[in-house]
Amino acid sequence: MAPVVQFRAAVALAGRFPALAGVDLSLQTGEVVVVVGANGAGKTSLLRACAGLLPVTSGVAEVLGIDLTKNHTAVRRHVGLLGHAAPLYDELSSVENVRFAVRALGLPVADADAALERLGLVGRLRNTPTGRLSAGQRRRVALAALVARRPALWLLDEPHAGLDAASRTLLGDLIHEAVTDGAAVLLSSHEPELSVPLSDRVVVMSGGRTSSEQPGGRRHPLSAVPAADSPADRATMGEWHVA
Amino acid sequence: MWRDAVLVAGKDLRIEARSRVGLWQVVPFAVLVLILVSFAIGPDTGPLRHAAPGIFWIAVLFSTVLSIQRSVAIESGEGTRDGLRLSGIDPAGIFLGKAAAVALQLLILQIVLWAGVTFLFDVRVHVIWLAVLASLLATVGLACAGVLYGALSSGLRVRDTLLPLLVLPVLAPVLLAGSKAWQASLSGNAGSGTEWLRILIPFAVIYLVIGIVLYGPLQEAT
Amino acid sequence: MTTDTIPRAAAGPSRPRWLSIVGILGVIALGFTVWLGLWITPPDQVQGNLARLLYIHPPIATVALYWAGGVAAASSLLYLWPRTRSLFWDRLAASAVEVGAVFSALTLVTGSLWGRPAWGVWWTWDARLTSTALLLLLELGYMALRRVPADAAIRARRCAVAALLVAVDVPIVHFSVDWWQTLHQGGTVLDPGFHLHVHGSMAWTFLLGFIAFSLLFVWLLGVRYQVEVLQDEVGDQELDVSLAERWSEGTELVGVGADTSGAPDGGGT
Repeated sequence: MAPVVQFRAAVALAGRFPALAGVDLSLQTGEVVVVVGANGAGKTSLLRACAGLLPVTSGVAEVLGIDLTKNHTAVRRHVGLLGHAAPLYDELSSVENVRFAVRALGLPVADADAALERLGLVGRLRNTPTGRLSAGQRRRVALAALVARRPALWLLDEPHAGLDAASRTLLGDLIHEAVTDGAAVLLSSHEPELSVPLSDRVVVMSGGRTSSEQPGGRRHPLSAVPAADSPADRATMGEWHVA
Repeated sequence: MWRDAVLVAGKDLRIEARSRVGLWQVVPFAVLVLILVSFAIGPDTGPLRHAAPGIFWIAVLFSTVLSIQRSVAIESGEGTRDGLRLSGIDPAGIFLGKAAAVALQLLILQIVLWAGVTFLFDVRVHVIWLAVLASLLATVGLACAGVLYGALSSGLRVRDTLLPLLVLPVLAPVLLAGSKAWQASLSGNAGSGTEWLRILIPFAVIYLVIGIVLYGPLQEAT
Repeated sequence: MTTDTIPRAAAGPSRPRWLSIVGILGVIALGFTVWLGLWITPPDQVQGNLARLLYIHPPIATVALYWAGGVAAASSLLYLWPRTRSLFWDRLAASAVEVGAVFSALTLVTGSLWGRPAWGVWWTWDARLTSTALLLLLELGYMALRRVPADAAIRARRCAVAALLVAVDVPIVHFSVDWWQTLHQGGTVLDPGFHLHVHGSMAWTFLLGFIAFSLLFVWLLGVRYQVEVLQDEVGDQELDVSLAERWSEGTELVGVGADTSGAPDGGGT
């Protein structure tokens, strides 16, 4: 089966600045990969390149079978990007925003309502203009829109930032459900202790390049060993706590 | 494309209905232009009546720039610009939707201005169909050309100062033809007015077609 | 950007010889035009010495409207066409608009120098004057847009679209002011058939003026194009430097160890 994401020596320019200066990355269906690295290492640029927002100028870059060096716009409707800024219209309520995102793909609005409920956006939160919500709440609305659109590739940029403990647990569940459903998830993180346990692999980026790869801490769906009791998991988490 | 256009237009109009920027800023601004230009011309009703169509269209033109800036501002939030590009909506649909939303606002504005001109300058439209037709055609042209230039300048830090410089000379034929058609409909001389529709029709059609074709590449050029 | 590959300019930084020859010929032709126009040709029967502006004003206007406008519109179209997309066309279009703006301004200046004694006013709302003034404003708008810094391919695409939007507007502007003018006042002084009434040395001087300004246009266009190439080359060198910096930034961080990823910021740009 063709990988969902296939990057080899991919270079992407933001203006004249090489935001990606040679990235190698491969992501399979049902996989969760976390990208770590210092600020300015190119994590966000990598996610934006995968979403077809940052054109790749050279190298190999394929997402969902679409060659990004030739046509970077075709991939957009099949991916879901959760960026730093939520793609919300401040004047519109949560439900209006999510319904807009869902109807843009021609999906039924019932999907939007279901996603809002899943994210706990009910009652007042459902009908308040998103401009009046807190950063964490806006993030949840953005996440609801992403869930409702059911993308084949999830691109989560620092998904834990600004979320409370309950939402973080929910995020973990959503990611798990997505990959069980056959999606692939690529997330960037500054909080390895939160993201590494969710992931199959950890990719380290620096200076616009991928430099090394390590196994993640996600319990494989087939493995019967409970996560907390697995010595391997403990070791991995311990290692990352040092960071 | 049409379904997308309706979706985008509905979204823009709903945002306008909530924020009321058009109602509380653009409409008063247009009326202000009417009054200011009248100050410059003087209190004599003769010259004012003569200039009424021109003053009307100057007010419409300046308000178009404001409406376009507002229309661009809706999409220029940090997340929404990418959001719209990732949404899967056909660029031609986005163009048509945004142009339709702007056009509807401009039509409402023109009704207010029509009342204003009638009230302030004591002029009466004799050939109503001509005035309405000229306004409709001009509105399509203004909205399409405006949204195109809005997209061209969106994402630039200098967009608010650059947009008027880019768009106003382009809209000059609309100002001219609109004023002339209105002048004819005020004086009851329909024949000389219909001539000017021949400028407004190609203007509207050309920018409508160009917008449908070029909005996609333009969206990637910002 | 993916489809917009950035080709190296065919012409190197050194100025091609033909361009210098065109420039020299242009200057010589202009010198002759001035000499013939001011000393050799007789004064016009109607307008006297004033008619000597005939040798420069119509040629300048022709260059401004048709040569520059045509080159700018055609090259913008060729840039947007995926098969012929190359930064060559983008640079050529930008150069044509800029040179065209200079000629448009000169058209207006020479026109009003002529208008003041001939009509008694510096400016009149003649159709051609008005449409030329609007053209100059449109060109200035394009130049302002071009000054906004952006990635080369993005800027090229944006400017090509802007040039095309202007190009379709120009005929509309032209027709509308034409009607505007004909509905109000009489014909224009610059009758297109005017030169048919000119004979002998005057006709030759007139023709020479056209050649001189056309050559100067080609020369200025070429020189302006060279400047665009040089500017882009400076940019490319900066890109090589920044790519190298980006890589070294990477190795530094790898040297310290990937475990610093969660450490305080500052390793970045």
